[in-house]
Amino acid sequence: MTQYFHSVTLDYEKCKGCTNCIKRCPMEAIRVHDGKAKIMEERCIDCGECIRYCPNHAKVAVTDKLDKLEGYKYRIALPAPSFFGQFKDQEHIEDILNAFISMGFDDVFEVALAAEVTAYIVHRHIREKKKERPQFSSACPAVLRLMQIKFPDLLNRVTPVLTPMEIAARLAREEAIKKTGLSKEEIGTFFISPCPAKVTEMRCPITAKKSAVSGVIGANIIYKDIIRHIAKNQGTGRSGGKQRATKLGLAWGYTTGESRSVNFNTTLAVSGIHNVISLLEEIERGELKDVDFIELQACTGGCVGGPLNIQNLFIGRMRLRELIKKYGEKDPYFDEENLARLYEERLFEISEPIQSRKIMLLDEDLSQAIIKMERLDKITSELPGLDCGACGSPSCRALAEDIIRGMAFETDCVINLRERVKILAEQILDLARIVPPSMAGMPNRKKEEGDKDKGM
Amino acid sequence: MPVDPLQYTPKITLEFKIGEKDFYMAGESASRTKRTLQQLGLNQEVIKRVAIIIYEAAMNVTIHATKGVLKILIDPNEIDVITEDEGPGIPDIDLAMQEGYSTAPYEVREMGFGAGMGLPNIKQNSDELHIETKVGVGTTVKAKVYLKEGGFTSA
Repeated sequence: MTQYFHSVTLDYEKCKGCTNCIKRCPMEAIRVHDGKAKIMEERCIDCGECIRYCPNHAKVAVTDKLDKLEGYKYRIALPAPSFFGQFKDQEHIEDILNAFISMGFDDVFEVALAAEVTAYIVHRHIREKKKERPQFSSACPAVLRLMQIKFPDLLNRVTPVLTPMEIAARLAREEAIKKTGLSKEEIGTFFISPCPAKVTEMRCPITAKKSAVSGVIGANIIYKDIIRHIAKNQGTGRSGGKQRATKLGLAWGYTTGESRSVNFNTTLAVSGIHNVISLLEEIERGELKDVDFIELQACTGGCVGGPLNIQNLFIGRMRLRELIKKYGEKDPYFDEENLARLYEERLFEISEPIQSRKIMLLDEDLSQAIIKMERLDKITSELPGLDCGACGSPSCRALAEDIIRGMAFETDCVINLRERVKILAEQILDLARIVPPSMAGMPNRKKEEGDKDKGM
Repeated sequence: MPVDPLQYTPKITLEFKIGEKDFYMAGESASRTKRTLQQLGLNQEVIKRVAIIIYEAAMNVTIHATKGVLKILIDPNEIDVITEDEGPGIPDIDLAMQEGYSTAPYEVREMGFGAGMGLPNIKQNSDELHIETKVGVGTTVKAKVYLKEGGFTSA
């Protein structure tokens, strides 16, 4: 198996070995062993639930640092739409974009602008290709990874269009090549990300053979610098023209923005990884065939709810909407003709089908797998069914699976162990009461002696 | 007595109790079985067929019967989906097998169920289908899906 990179990791020092994360993980990908959480690499989809729920902040997302900029002659920042929601309302979008330039980027390209291109291509694709409904968004990499493992039969309904991040990187690079005459390799494209899943998507892409993004920098890493430069630039006058995205693209920062801009009669927008799972379960049973397009996002509230963002998701959404109201009403940068050309060139389509990943498989051989499943059922039935998590596995069923896979022992269940200790203690007590034959009768004799004593 | 490994056919049984108007159970049993079949490594096509059978069969019990039980038996050769219910029974099986024929009450149709596709869907997705029914007593539906002819892929 090829090395599988993912972004979410454990801060070993901070982990107290509690069981909050194992209960919350939608993939049952975390175990607590020897007092520390362990992420099962191949199961993690980088949804970030554990980052949000860890009370000790022991889950962190590995993103690129700013020093990665040094490897490129011309550096372009690609801020996610949700990034603009991280500031108080007095900030002008143009001021935020200019702050990227003054802190050292050579250019800035809004991912929101690329989202408008994505929406157009997705719309044409669904309208013209007449595929099975509903069609799913391809924009959230955590959702795609979820589907690879849990909903493989729905993968063929993901619209084969690259993510706005990827399209932004390609468009920005093209522009930069024309402007500077530099080669592809000399131009660095840096996505400013609300989430760890985008880091994974850049390093191990599932929608493209090779990502056009050079680095993914967490919104939390760059935030302070941007704030500082916004303040510094104040009063120096505003150089315009960098903000090209309209409200349609900017609204991709929160749930419903994407489905609105893709624009069909019947669309649905679902956010939060657990909500996404229950909706996909409905669809795999054949429901919702009347819906054209479904927007799916792992984070509650959409990208403004990303674990690397600074603001609370509702505040972030409010701020973003305020900015959209103020600056979003403008003519689109790409006209119909441009968009149609981009669609027909088919450069932004996912070329290879997204592959499923059978990592939950019990055994390659069906008979063996059924035998293991029999054992699994038996072990599960013997466990208390409390799903307490004290063994370090998220549920009794998961512990039984871990036992089958050789990762845990039946004695790991503290409830059952306590019961066994109790029985053992009773047996020891019983044993202690049994007297060797040579001493048999002695207690009686003693009793008589006692009586005699009393009599005296 | 020790089990002869050559004679022994491993088998697992999943069982779900279905109550009257328990619309949630059909979906849940289909989803849970689907996870189990995925863990066993069955191919998508078989999983999809079995899930449809379970959903439709369980929905029939929910809609028409007072109570019932759904059993899924899995061995290396085949999967059986069996529902046994206490209910009105089916007076005319041929009629019930017709697409679009439905005796579901109005409120059930309002919920989007009872379109008369249940039994036809089950028949279409199974390799064998046996229905035993007694009017006023209940119905047993046994649907079989073969695994040996390409049903299993270890990839």
